[in-house]
Amino acid sequence: MQVRGLRTVLGRKTIFDGVDLDIPRGKVTAVMGPSGCGKTTLLRHLTGQRRPDAGSIRIDGMDVTGLSRQALFELRERIGYLFQNSALLTDYDVFENVAFPLRQHLRLPEEIIRNIVLTKLEAVGLRGAAGLMASELSGGMMRRVALARAIIRDPMLILYDEPFVGLDPIALNQVLRLIRTLNDTLGVTSILVAHEFSAVARVADLVYLLAGGKIVAHGPPQALRDDPSPWTRQFFGGEADGPVPFQYPARDYAADLGFAADHPSAPSAAARQAAATTRAAEPRA
Amino acid sequence: MSAQLRRGIVAGIADGLARIGAHGLFLLQILAALPASLRHYRETVRQIWFTGAMSLVIIMTCGLFVGMVLGLQLYYVLSIFGGTAALGTVVSLSLYRELGPVVTALLFAGRAGTSITAEIGLMRATDQLAAMEMMAVDPIAYVAAPRFLAGIVAMPLLACVFNALGIFGAHLVGVSWLGLDNGTFWSNMTSSVDVWTDVINGVWKSVAFGAVVALIAVFQGYTTAPTSEGVAYATTRTVVFSSIVVLAIDFVMTAFLM
Ligand SMILES: Nc1ncnc2c1ncn2[C@@H]1O[C@H](COP(=O)(O)OP(=O)(O)OP(=O)(O)O)[C@@H](O)[C@H]1O
Ligand SMILES: [Mg+2]
Repeated sequence: MQVRGLRTVLGRKTIFDGVDLDIPRGKVTAVMGPSGCGKTTLLRHLTGQRRPDAGSIRIDGMDVTGLSRQALFELRERIGYLFQNSALLTDYDVFENVAFPLRQHLRLPEEIIRNIVLTKLEAVGLRGAAGLMASELSGGMMRRVALARAIIRDPMLILYDEPFVGLDPIALNQVLRLIRTLNDTLGVTSILVAHEFSAVARVADLVYLLAGGKIVAHGPPQALRDDPSPWTRQFFGGEADGPVPFQYPARDYAADLGFAADHPSAPSAAARQAAATTRAAEPRA
Repeated sequence: MSAQLRRGIVAGIADGLARIGAHGLFLLQILAALPASLRHYRETVRQIWFTGAMSLVIIMTCGLFVGMVLGLQLYYVLSIFGGTAALGTVVSLSLYRELGPVVTALLFAGRAGTSITAEIGLMRATDQLAAMEMMAVDPIAYVAAPRFLAGIVAMPLLACVFNALGIFGAHLVGVSWLGLDNGTFWSNMTSSVDVWTDVINGVWKSVAFGAVVALIAVFQGYTTAPTSEGVAYATTRTVVFSSIVVLAIDFVMTAFLM
Protein backbone atom coordinates (compact mmCIF):
# COMPACT_ATOMS: atom_id res chain seq x y z
CA MET A 1 0.00 0.00 0.00
CA GLN A 2 1.27 3.37 -0.99
CA VAL A 3 0.19 6.84 0.13
CA ARG A 4 1.47 9.89 -1.69
CA GLY A 5 1.05 13.60 -0.99
CA LEU A 6 -2.00 13.21 1.25
CA ARG A 7 -3.62 16.54 2.14
CA THR A 8 -6.69 17.01 4.27
CA VAL A 9 -8.35 20.05 5.74
CA LEU A 10 -11.07 19.51 8.37
CA GLY A 11 -12.91 22.62 9.37
CA ARG A 12 -10.19 25.25 9.63
CA LYS A 13 -7.45 22.82 10.61
CA THR A 14 -5.02 21.24 8.15
CA ILE A 15 -4.77 17.65 9.37
CA PHE A 16 -2.42 16.28 6.71
CA ASP A 17 0.00 18.36 4.73
CA GLY A 18 1.81 16.08 2.34
CA VAL A 19 1.90 12.68 4.02
CA ASP A 20 3.80 9.87 2.25
CA LEU A 21 3.56 6.32 3.58
CA ASP A 22 4.64 2.92 2.31
CA ILE A 23 3.00 -0.02 3.96
CA PRO A 24 4.69 -3.30 3.07
CA ARG A 25 2.60 -6.38 2.33
CA GLY A 26 2.51 -9.03 5.03
CA LYS A 27 4.04 -6.82 7.72
CA VAL A 28 2.70 -5.07 10.79
CA THR A 29 3.01 -1.31 10.37
CA ALA A 30 2.29 0.94 13.32
CA VAL A 31 1.23 4.57 13.09
CA MET A 32 1.89 6.57 16.24
CA GLY A 33 1.48 10.20 17.06
CA PRO A 34 0.03 12.63 19.55
CA SER A 35 -3.70 12.54 20.28
CA GLY A 36 -5.67 14.44 17.68
CA CYS A 37 -2.92 14.38 15.05
CA GLY A 38 -5.17 12.53 12.62
CA LYS A 39 -4.44 8.83 13.01
CA THR A 40 -8.10 7.82 12.89
CA THR A 41 -8.59 10.19 9.99
CA LEU A 42 -5.69 8.50 8.19
CA LEU A 43 -7.31 5.07 8.60
CA ARG A 44 -10.59 6.48 7.30
CA HIS A 45 -8.77 7.72 4.21
CA LEU A 46 -7.09 4.37 3.67
CA THR A 47 -10.44 2.58 3.64
CA GLY A 48 -12.27 5.16 1.55
CA GLN A 49 -14.64 6.28 4.34
CA ARG A 50 -13.48 9.82 3.77
CA ARG A 51 -11.90 11.29 0.69
CA PRO A 52 -8.75 13.40 1.12
CA ASP A 53 -8.52 16.84 -0.45
CA ALA A 54 -5.48 15.81 -2.44
CA GLY A 55 -3.10 12.90 -2.82
CA SER A 56 -3.36 9.27 -3.80
CA ILE A 57 -3.79 6.04 -1.85
CA ARG A 58 -3.00 2.83 -3.68
CA ILE A 59 -3.85 -0.64 -2.45
CA ASP A 60 -2.56 -3.34 -4.78
CA GLY A 61 -2.18 -0.66 -7.44
CA MET A 62 -5.84 0.47 -7.12
CA ASP A 63 -6.42 4.10 -6.20
CA VAL A 64 -8.86 4.06 -3.28
CA THR A 65 -9.69 7.75 -3.62
CA GLY A 66 -11.22 7.20 -7.07
CA LEU A 67 -13.16 3.97 -6.47
CA SER A 68 -16.91 3.79 -6.97
CA ARG A 69 -19.06 2.72 -4.03
CA GLN A 70 -19.50 -0.70 -5.58
CA ALA A 71 -15.75 -1.20 -6.03
CA LEU A 72 -15.10 0.07 -2.52
CA PHE A 73 -17.52 -2.49 -1.11
CA GLU A 74 -15.77 -5.26 -3.03
CA LEU A 75 -12.44 -4.10 -1.64
CA ARG A 76 -13.81 -3.85 1.90
CA GLU A 77 -14.93 -7.45 1.86
CA ARG A 78 -11.23 -8.24 2.13
CA ILE A 79 -10.50 -5.62 4.81
CA GLY A 80 -10.99 -5.88 8.54
CA TYR A 81 -11.41 -2.65 10.47
CA LEU A 82 -11.37 -2.19 14.23
CA PHE A 83 -13.11 1.06 15.15
CA GLN A 84 -11.65 3.23 17.89
CA ASN A 85 -15.00 3.13 19.71
CA SER A 86 -15.70 -0.53 18.79
CA ALA A 87 -18.97 0.39 16.99
CA LEU A 88 -20.75 -2.86 17.85
CA LEU A 89 -24.34 -3.20 16.68
CA THR A 90 -26.23 -2.62 19.92
CA ASP A 91 -29.36 -4.46 18.74
CA TYR A 92 -27.53 -7.78 18.55
CA ASP A 93 -25.75 -10.04 21.00
CA VAL A 94 -22.03 -10.81 20.86
CA PHE A 95 -22.49 -13.88 18.70
CA GLU A 96 -24.61 -12.10 16.09
CA ASN A 97 -22.23 -9.13 16.05
CA VAL A 98 -19.31 -11.36 15.18
CA ALA A 99 -21.39 -13.43 12.76
CA PHE A 100 -22.77 -10.34 11.01
CA PRO A 101 -20.21 -10.13 8.14
CA LEU A 102 -20.55 -13.88 7.50
CA ARG A 103 -24.33 -13.79 7.37
CA GLN A 104 -24.36 -10.75 5.10
CA HIS A 105 -21.99 -12.02 2.45
CA LEU A 106 -21.85 -15.81 2.55
CA ARG A 107 -24.54 -18.45 2.53
CA LEU A 108 -23.13 -20.85 5.08
CA PRO A 109 -24.87 -23.57 7.06
CA GLU A 110 -25.64 -22.50 10.61
CA GLU A 111 -23.25 -25.08 12.02
CA ILE A 112 -20.26 -23.69 10.13
CA ILE A 113 -21.08 -20.11 11.10
CA ARG A 114 -21.24 -21.28 14.70
CA ASN A 115 -17.85 -22.95 14.46
CA ILE A 116 -16.13 -19.96 12.86
CA VAL A 117 -17.64 -17.46 15.30
CA LEU A 118 -16.83 -19.53 18.37
CA THR A 119 -13.26 -20.05 17.16
CA LYS A 120 -12.71 -16.31 16.78
CA LEU A 121 -14.36 -15.58 20.11
CA GLU A 122 -12.15 -18.21 21.75
CA ALA A 123 -9.12 -16.45 20.28
CA VAL A 124 -10.07 -13.23 22.09
CA GLY A 125 -11.12 -15.09 25.23
CA LEU A 126 -14.84 -14.32 25.01
CA ARG A 127 -16.42 -17.58 23.87
CA GLY A 128 -18.34 -17.65 27.15
CA ALA A 129 -19.78 -14.18 26.47
CA ALA A 130 -21.38 -15.15 23.16
CA GLY A 131 -24.88 -14.79 24.57
CA LEU A 132 -24.45 -11.35 26.13
CA MET A 133 -25.93 -8.27 24.49
CA ALA A 134 -23.43 -5.74 23.13
CA SER A 135 -24.62 -3.22 25.74
CA GLU A 136 -23.79 -5.61 28.59
CA LEU A 137 -20.05 -5.60 27.86
CA SER A 138 -17.25 -3.64 29.45
CA GLY A 139 -15.07 -1.40 27.28
CA GLY A 140 -12.25 -3.92 27.09
CA MET A 141 -14.67 -6.73 26.20
CA MET A 142 -16.17 -4.57 23.45
CA ARG A 143 -12.70 -4.03 22.01
CA ARG A 144 -12.14 -7.77 21.83
CA VAL A 145 -15.56 -8.52 20.34
CA ALA A 146 -14.93 -5.83 17.73
CA LEU A 147 -11.54 -7.42 17.09
CA ALA A 148 -13.13 -10.84 16.59
CA ARG A 149 -15.61 -9.25 14.16
CA ALA A 150 -12.80 -7.52 12.25
CA ILE A 151 -10.98 -10.79 11.63
CA ILE A 152 -13.99 -13.05 11.12
CA ARG A 153 -13.57 -13.31 7.35
CA ASP A 154 -9.79 -13.75 7.41
CA PRO A 155 -9.14 -10.48 5.56
CA MET A 156 -5.95 -9.69 3.68
CA LEU A 157 -5.63 -6.28 5.29
CA ILE A 158 -6.56 -5.40 8.85
CA LEU A 159 -6.61 -1.90 10.32
CA TYR A 160 -6.61 -1.65 14.08
CA ASP A 161 -7.52 1.70 15.63
CA GLU A 162 -6.12 1.48 19.17
CA PRO A 163 -6.67 -2.23 19.82
CA PHE A 164 -4.98 -2.15 23.24
CA VAL A 165 -7.23 0.38 24.94
CA GLY A 166 -8.87 -0.99 28.08
CA LEU A 167 -7.12 -4.38 27.98
CA ASP A 168 -5.63 -5.93 31.11
CA PRO A 169 -2.07 -7.30 30.81
CA ILE A 170 -3.28 -10.85 30.12
CA ALA A 171 -5.73 -9.82 27.41
CA LEU A 172 -3.11 -7.45 25.99
CA ASN A 173 -0.63 -10.32 25.65
CA GLN A 174 -3.29 -12.46 24.03
CA VAL A 175 -4.22 -9.74 21.53
CA LEU A 176 -0.58 -9.03 20.71
CA ARG A 177 -0.01 -12.71 20.06
CA LEU A 178 -3.16 -12.82 17.92
CA ILE A 179 -2.05 -9.90 15.76
CA ARG A 180 1.39 -11.45 15.32
CA THR A 181 -0.03 -14.90 14.55
CA LEU A 182 -2.40 -13.54 11.92
CA ASN A 183 0.58 -12.00 10.25
CA ASP A 184 2.94 -14.91 10.50
CA THR A 185 0.50 -17.63 9.52
CA LEU A 186 -1.87 -15.95 7.08
CA GLY A 187 0.43 -13.27 5.71
CA VAL A 188 -2.05 -10.52 6.58
CA THR A 189 -0.99 -6.92 6.16
CA SER A 190 -1.73 -5.02 9.35
CA ILE A 191 -1.89 -1.33 10.14
CA LEU A 192 -1.92 -0.54 13.80
CA VAL A 193 -2.66 2.73 15.56
CA ALA A 194 -1.62 2.69 19.19
CA HIS A 195 -0.10 4.78 21.93
CA GLU A 196 1.65 2.07 23.96
CA PHE A 197 5.18 1.98 22.59
CA SER A 198 6.16 -1.12 24.57
CA ALA A 199 3.27 -3.06 23.02
CA VAL A 200 3.91 -1.65 19.57
CA ALA A 201 7.59 -2.57 19.80
CA ARG A 202 6.60 -6.19 20.36
CA VAL A 203 4.47 -6.60 17.22
CA ALA A 204 5.34 -3.92 14.70
CA ASP A 205 7.90 -4.36 11.94
CA LEU A 206 7.77 -0.73 11.04
CA VAL A 207 6.66 2.41 12.86
CA TYR A 208 5.60 5.74 11.41
CA LEU A 209 5.49 8.77 13.67
CA LEU A 210 2.91 11.32 12.61
CA ALA A 211 2.95 14.85 14.01
CA GLY A 212 1.93 18.27 12.82
CA GLY A 213 0.41 16.92 9.59
CA LYS A 214 3.58 15.19 8.43
CA ILE A 215 5.49 11.96 8.92
CA VAL A 216 8.35 13.09 11.15
CA ALA A 217 10.11 9.77 11.60
CA HIS A 218 9.85 6.16 10.53
CA GLY A 219 11.74 2.92 10.85
CA PRO A 220 11.80 -0.29 12.86
CA PRO A 221 10.69 0.29 16.47
CA GLN A 222 14.13 -0.20 18.04
CA ALA A 223 15.79 2.20 15.62
CA LEU A 224 13.05 4.75 16.21
CA ARG A 225 13.48 4.64 19.97
CA ASP A 226 17.20 5.35 19.66
CA ASP A 227 16.62 7.97 16.97
CA PRO A 228 18.23 11.26 18.02
CA SER A 229 15.74 13.58 16.28
CA PRO A 230 13.92 15.98 18.62
CA TRP A 231 10.51 14.67 17.45
CA THR A 232 11.09 11.07 18.46
CA ARG A 233 13.01 11.95 21.61
CA GLN A 234 10.23 14.16 22.83
CA PHE A 235 7.38 11.83 21.84
CA PHE A 236 8.83 8.67 23.35
CA GLY A 237 10.25 10.57 26.35
CA GLY A 238 6.78 11.97 26.99
CA GLU A 239 7.99 15.54 27.48
CA ALA A 240 5.55 18.42 27.21
CA ASP A 241 7.97 20.83 25.55
CA GLY A 242 9.43 20.28 22.12
CA PRO A 243 8.42 20.32 18.48
CA VAL A 244 5.41 18.03 19.08
CA PRO A 245 2.69 20.25 20.56
CA PHE A 246 0.89 18.92 23.64
CA GLN A 247 -1.63 21.77 23.49
CA TYR A 248 -4.27 21.97 20.80
CA PRO A 249 -3.47 25.23 18.91
CA ALA A 250 -4.72 28.02 21.15
CA ARG A 251 -4.52 31.69 21.99
CA ASP A 252 -1.99 32.91 24.47
CA TYR A 253 -2.77 31.28 27.84
CA ALA A 254 -2.50 34.50 29.87
CA ALA A 255 -4.75 36.35 27.45
CA ASP A 256 -7.27 33.49 27.59
CA LEU A 257 -7.36 33.72 31.38
CA GLY A 258 -8.05 37.45 31.15
CA PHE A 259 -4.59 38.86 31.92
CA ALA A 260 -3.16 41.36 29.51
CA ALA A 261 -0.73 39.66 27.14
CA ASP A 262 1.96 42.22 28.07
CA HIS A 263 1.57 41.74 31.83
CA PRO A 264 5.08 41.60 33.29
CA SER A 265 4.49 38.25 35.07
CA ALA A 266 3.02 36.59 31.94
CA PRO A 267 5.68 35.67 29.41
CA SER A 268 4.51 36.35 25.88
CA ALA A 269 3.65 33.53 23.51
CA ALA A 270 6.71 34.27 21.41
CA ALA A 271 9.01 34.07 24.44
CA ARG A 272 7.51 30.75 25.56
CA GLN A 273 7.77 29.38 22.04
CA ALA A 274 11.41 30.43 21.84
CA ALA A 275 12.15 28.79 25.19
CA ALA A 276 10.49 25.60 24.05
CA THR A 277 12.45 25.44 20.81
CA THR A 278 15.81 26.08 22.43
CA ARG A 279 15.11 23.40 25.02
CA ALA A 280 14.20 20.94 22.30
CA ALA A 281 17.28 21.76 20.29
CA GLU A 282 19.66 21.25 23.22
CA PRO A 283 21.11 17.77 23.44
CA ARG A 284 19.65 15.82 26.35
CA ALA A 285 21.89 15.64 29.42
CA MET B 1 -37.88 46.27 6.70
CA SER B 2 -40.10 44.93 3.93
CA ALA B 3 -37.01 44.12 1.86
CA GLN B 4 -35.71 42.15 4.81
CA LEU B 5 -39.04 40.36 5.14
CA ARG B 6 -39.06 39.55 1.44
CA ARG B 7 -35.52 38.21 1.63
CA GLY B 8 -36.53 36.09 4.62
CA ILE B 9 -39.49 34.64 2.77
CA VAL B 10 -37.40 33.88 -0.31
CA ALA B 11 -34.74 32.22 1.83
CA GLY B 12 -37.42 30.21 3.61
CA ILE B 13 -38.91 28.98 0.33
CA ALA B 14 -35.45 28.12 -1.03
CA ASP B 15 -34.69 26.25 2.17
CA GLY B 16 -37.95 24.31 1.94
CA LEU B 17 -37.34 23.39 -1.70
CA ALA B 18 -33.81 22.25 -0.85
CA ARG B 19 -35.21 20.03 1.90
CA ILE B 20 -37.78 18.52 -0.44
CA GLY B 21 -35.03 17.90 -2.98
CA ALA B 22 -32.82 16.21 -0.39
CA HIS B 23 -35.70 13.94 0.66
CA GLY B 24 -36.35 13.14 -2.99
CA LEU B 25 -32.74 12.17 -3.60
CA PHE B 26 -32.78 10.02 -0.49
CA LEU B 27 -35.97 8.35 -1.72
CA LEU B 28 -34.21 7.51 -4.99
CA GLN B 29 -31.33 5.99 -3.02
CA ILE B 30 -33.77 3.86 -1.06
CA LEU B 31 -35.57 2.75 -4.22
CA ALA B 32 -32.23 1.86 -5.80
CA ALA B 33 -31.37 -0.20 -2.73
CA LEU B 34 -34.73 -2.03 -2.66
CA PRO B 35 -33.52 -5.10 -4.61
CA ALA B 36 -30.57 -5.47 -2.26
CA SER B 37 -32.81 -4.96 0.75
CA LEU B 38 -35.06 -7.86 -0.32
CA ARG B 39 -32.22 -10.09 0.85
CA HIS B 40 -32.78 -8.63 4.30
CA TYR B 41 -36.51 -9.43 4.26
CA ARG B 42 -36.23 -10.67 7.85
CA GLU B 43 -35.15 -7.19 8.85
CA THR B 44 -38.23 -5.80 7.09
CA VAL B 45 -40.51 -8.22 8.95
CA ARG B 46 -38.84 -7.25 12.24
CA GLN B 47 -39.43 -3.59 11.45
CA ILE B 48 -43.10 -4.18 10.57
CA TRP B 49 -43.40 -5.75 14.00
CA PHE B 50 -41.63 -2.82 15.68
CA THR B 51 -43.39 0.00 13.87
CA GLY B 52 -46.74 -1.68 13.30
CA ALA B 53 -47.54 -4.10 16.09
CA MET B 54 -45.95 -1.94 18.76
CA SER B 55 -48.13 1.03 17.69
CA LEU B 56 -51.34 -0.97 18.07
CA VAL B 57 -52.15 0.06 21.63
CA ILE B 58 -51.98 3.80 20.99
CA ILE B 59 -53.84 3.46 17.68
CA MET B 60 -56.63 1.39 19.23
CA THR B 61 -57.05 3.63 22.26
CA CYS B 62 -57.10 6.79 20.18
CA GLY B 63 -59.43 5.23 17.59
CA LEU B 64 -61.91 4.34 20.31
CA PHE B 65 -61.91 7.83 21.82
CA VAL B 66 -62.11 9.62 18.47
CA GLY B 67 -65.07 7.39 17.54
CA MET B 68 -66.84 8.12 20.81
CA VAL B 69 -66.32 11.88 20.42
CA LEU B 70 -67.54 11.73 16.81
CA GLY B 71 -70.59 9.81 17.99
CA LEU B 72 -71.45 12.49 20.55
CA GLN B 73 -70.75 15.52 18.37
CA LEU B 74 -72.43 14.24 15.20
CA TYR B 75 -75.43 12.94 17.16
CA TYR B 76 -75.93 16.47 18.42
CA VAL B 77 -75.54 18.02 14.95
CA LEU B 78 -77.79 15.41 13.30
CA SER B 79 -80.46 15.79 15.96
CA ILE B 80 -80.87 19.45 14.89
CA PHE B 81 -82.05 18.18 11.50
CA GLY B 82 -83.80 15.18 12.94
CA GLY B 83 -81.45 12.86 11.11
CA THR B 84 -79.81 10.88 13.91
CA ALA B 85 -80.50 7.69 11.96
CA ALA B 86 -77.63 8.68 9.65
CA LEU B 87 -75.12 8.62 12.53
CA GLY B 88 -73.44 5.38 11.37
CA THR B 89 -73.09 6.68 7.84
CA VAL B 90 -71.64 10.03 8.79
CA VAL B 91 -69.21 8.60 11.35
CA SER B 92 -67.91 5.90 9.06
CA LEU B 93 -67.55 8.26 6.08
CA SER B 94 -65.55 10.76 8.11
CA LEU B 95 -63.36 7.98 9.43
CA TYR B 96 -62.73 6.16 6.16
CA ARG B 97 -62.19 9.21 4.02
CA GLU B 98 -60.42 11.55 6.36
CA LEU B 99 -59.88 11.01 10.04
CA GLY B 100 -58.68 7.41 9.88
CA PRO B 101 -55.71 7.99 7.56
CA VAL B 102 -54.81 11.45 8.89
CA VAL B 103 -55.02 10.86 12.63
CA THR B 104 -53.30 7.48 12.28
CA ALA B 105 -50.49 9.12 10.31
CA LEU B 106 -50.02 11.81 12.95
CA LEU B 107 -49.99 9.22 15.73
CA PHE B 108 -47.69 7.01 13.67
CA ALA B 109 -45.24 9.90 13.26
CA GLY B 110 -45.24 10.46 17.00
CA ARG B 111 -45.03 6.81 18.02
CA ALA B 112 -43.01 5.04 15.30
CA GLY B 113 -41.42 7.91 13.35
CA THR B 114 -39.64 9.34 16.36
CA SER B 115 -38.27 5.97 17.41
CA ILE B 116 -37.01 5.29 13.88
CA THR B 117 -35.24 8.67 13.81
CA ALA B 118 -33.73 8.29 17.27
CA GLU B 119 -32.61 4.73 16.56
CA ILE B 120 -30.90 5.52 13.26
CA GLY B 121 -29.51 8.78 14.68
CA LEU B 122 -27.88 6.89 17.53
CA MET B 123 -26.52 4.32 15.10
CA ARG B 124 -24.95 7.22 13.22
CA ALA B 125 -23.58 8.81 16.39
CA THR B 126 -22.01 5.55 17.60
CA ASP B 127 -20.42 4.74 14.21
CA GLN B 128 -22.63 1.68 13.70
CA LEU B 129 -23.55 2.86 10.20
CA ALA B 130 -19.87 3.43 9.41
CA ALA B 131 -19.12 -0.05 10.77
CA MET B 132 -21.70 -1.54 8.37
CA GLU B 133 -20.13 0.31 5.47
CA MET B 134 -16.74 -1.08 6.48
CA MET B 135 -18.23 -4.58 6.46
CA ALA B 136 -19.41 -3.89 2.92
CA VAL B 137 -23.07 -3.79 4.00
CA ASP B 138 -25.02 -0.88 2.56
CA PRO B 139 -26.82 0.83 5.47
CA ILE B 140 -29.42 2.19 3.05
CA ALA B 141 -30.34 -1.35 2.08
CA TYR B 142 -29.99 -2.83 5.56
CA VAL B 143 -31.27 -0.02 7.80
CA ALA B 144 -33.18 2.57 5.76
CA ALA B 145 -35.11 0.51 3.20
CA PRO B 146 -36.62 -2.05 5.64
CA ARG B 147 -37.97 0.75 7.84
CA PHE B 148 -39.35 2.58 4.83
CA LEU B 149 -41.11 -0.56 3.58
CA ALA B 150 -42.38 -1.29 7.08
CA GLY B 151 -43.96 2.17 7.21
CA ILE B 152 -45.76 1.59 3.91
CA VAL B 153 -47.08 -1.80 5.03
CA ALA B 154 -47.96 -0.88 8.60
CA MET B 155 -49.74 2.45 8.02
CA PRO B 156 -52.79 1.17 6.05
CA LEU B 157 -53.24 -1.72 8.46
CA LEU B 158 -53.08 0.61 11.43
CA ALA B 159 -55.54 2.96 9.75
CA CYS B 160 -57.99 0.05 9.30
CA VAL B 161 -57.69 -0.84 12.97
CA PHE B 162 -58.22 2.82 13.86
CA ASN B 163 -61.37 2.96 11.71
CA ALA B 164 -62.76 -0.25 13.19
CA LEU B 165 -62.25 0.95 16.75
CA GLY B 166 -63.65 4.37 15.81
CA ILE B 167 -66.89 2.87 14.49
CA PHE B 168 -67.09 0.66 17.55
CA GLY B 169 -66.72 3.76 19.72
CA ALA B 170 -69.46 5.61 17.83
CA HIS B 171 -71.70 2.55 18.11
CA LEU B 172 -71.04 2.45 21.83
CA VAL B 173 -72.11 6.07 22.25
CA GLY B 174 -74.93 6.16 19.67
CA VAL B 175 -76.59 2.77 20.22
CA SER B 176 -75.66 1.60 23.70
CA TRP B 177 -75.76 4.99 25.40
CA LEU B 178 -78.01 7.37 23.42
CA GLY B 179 -80.42 4.64 22.37
CA LEU B 180 -80.28 4.64 18.56
CA ASP B 181 -81.61 1.54 16.85
CA ASN B 182 -78.86 -0.99 16.23
CA GLY B 183 -80.26 -2.14 12.86
CA THR B 184 -80.65 1.40 11.53
CA PHE B 185 -77.09 2.27 12.54
CA TRP B 186 -75.59 -0.64 10.55
CA SER B 187 -77.96 -0.76 7.55
CA ASN B 188 -77.67 2.96 6.85
CA MET B 189 -73.91 2.63 7.02
CA THR B 190 -73.60 -0.38 4.74
CA SER B 191 -75.98 1.03 2.14
CA SER B 192 -74.24 4.38 1.72
CA VAL B 193 -70.55 3.59 2.17
CA ASP B 194 -68.93 2.54 -1.10
CA VAL B 195 -65.95 0.21 -0.96
CA TRP B 196 -64.17 1.76 -3.93
CA THR B 197 -64.71 5.47 -3.54
CA ASP B 198 -64.65 5.60 0.26
CA VAL B 199 -62.69 2.72 1.71
CA ILE B 200 -60.06 2.23 -0.99
CA ASN B 201 -59.41 5.94 -1.37
CA GLY B 202 -58.74 6.08 2.34
CA VAL B 203 -56.35 3.16 2.01
CA TRP B 204 -54.46 4.95 -0.77
CA LYS B 205 -54.14 7.96 1.45
CA SER B 206 -52.72 5.94 4.30
CA VAL B 207 -50.24 4.20 1.99
CA ALA B 208 -49.01 7.63 0.87
CA PHE B 209 -48.87 8.91 4.45
CA GLY B 210 -46.98 5.81 5.57
CA ALA B 211 -44.40 6.33 2.83
CA VAL B 212 -43.99 10.02 3.62
CA VAL B 213 -43.73 9.63 7.41
CA ALA B 214 -41.29 6.71 7.13
CA LEU B 215 -39.19 8.56 4.54
CA ILE B 216 -38.94 11.66 6.72
CA ALA B 217 -38.16 9.62 9.84
CA VAL B 218 -35.45 7.57 8.13
CA PHE B 219 -33.94 10.61 6.39
CA GLN B 220 -33.80 12.66 9.58
CA GLY B 221 -32.12 9.81 11.45
CA TYR B 222 -29.71 9.07 8.65
CA THR B 223 -28.53 12.65 8.23
CA THR B 224 -28.55 13.65 11.90
CA ALA B 225 -25.59 15.47 13.44
CA PRO B 226 -23.76 12.78 15.44
CA THR B 227 -24.41 14.37 18.85
CA SER B 228 -27.08 14.12 21.57
CA GLU B 229 -28.40 17.51 20.52
CA GLY B 230 -28.38 16.44 16.87
CA VAL B 231 -30.52 13.38 17.62
CA ALA B 232 -32.91 15.47 19.72
CA TYR B 233 -33.39 18.02 16.93
CA ALA B 234 -33.80 15.31 14.31
CA THR B 235 -36.53 13.62 16.36
CA THR B 236 -38.40 16.89 16.73
CA ARG B 237 -38.07 17.62 13.02
CA THR B 238 -39.53 14.21 12.19
CA VAL B 239 -42.76 15.06 14.03
CA VAL B 240 -42.97 18.63 12.74
CA PHE B 241 -42.22 17.83 9.09
CA SER B 242 -44.39 14.70 9.08
CA SER B 243 -47.39 16.57 10.45
CA ILE B 244 -47.09 19.43 7.97
CA VAL B 245 -46.48 17.19 4.96
CA VAL B 246 -49.24 14.72 5.88
CA LEU B 247 -51.83 17.48 6.13
CA ALA B 248 -50.61 19.13 2.92
CA ILE B 249 -50.68 15.87 0.97
CA ASP B 250 -54.07 15.12 2.47
CA PHE B 251 -55.46 18.29 0.94
CA VAL B 252 -53.97 17.54 -2.47
CA MET B 253 -55.12 13.93 -2.48
CA THR B 254 -58.61 14.82 -1.29
CA ALA B 255 -58.91 17.36 -4.09
CA PHE B 256 -57.93 14.76 -6.68
CA LEU B 257 -59.68 11.70 -5.26
CA MET B 258 -63.09 13.30 -4.54
N1 LIG C 1 -15.68 16.52 11.73
C1 LIG C 1 -14.58 17.21 12.05
N2 LIG C 1 -14.52 18.53 11.79
C2 LIG C 1 -13.41 19.24 12.09
N3 LIG C 1 -12.33 18.72 12.66
C3 LIG C 1 -12.32 17.41 12.94
C4 LIG C 1 -13.46 16.58 12.65
N4 LIG C 1 -13.17 15.33 13.03
C5 LIG C 1 -11.93 15.37 13.54
N5 LIG C 1 -11.41 16.61 13.50
C6 LIG C 1 -10.08 17.03 13.95
O1 LIG C 1 -9.18 16.22 13.28
C7 LIG C 1 -8.07 15.95 14.10
C8 LIG C 1 -7.71 14.50 13.98
O2 LIG C 1 -8.69 13.68 14.51
P1 LIG C 1 -8.44 12.11 14.68
O3 LIG C 1 -9.67 11.52 15.26
O4 LIG C 1 -7.98 11.56 13.39
O5 LIG C 1 -7.26 12.09 15.75
P2 LIG C 1 -6.46 10.84 16.31
O6 LIG C 1 -5.05 11.01 15.90
O7 LIG C 1 -7.13 9.57 15.96
O8 LIG C 1 -6.52 11.11 17.87
P3 LIG C 1 -6.65 10.04 19.08
O9 LIG C 1 -5.30 9.48 19.29
O10 LIG C 1 -7.07 10.90 20.25
O11 LIG C 1 -7.69 9.04 18.69
C9 LIG C 1 -8.44 16.41 15.49
O12 LIG C 1 -7.64 17.53 15.79
C10 LIG C 1 -9.88 16.80 15.43
O13 LIG C 1 -10.07 17.99 16.15
MG1 LIG D 1 -8.16 8.17 16.93
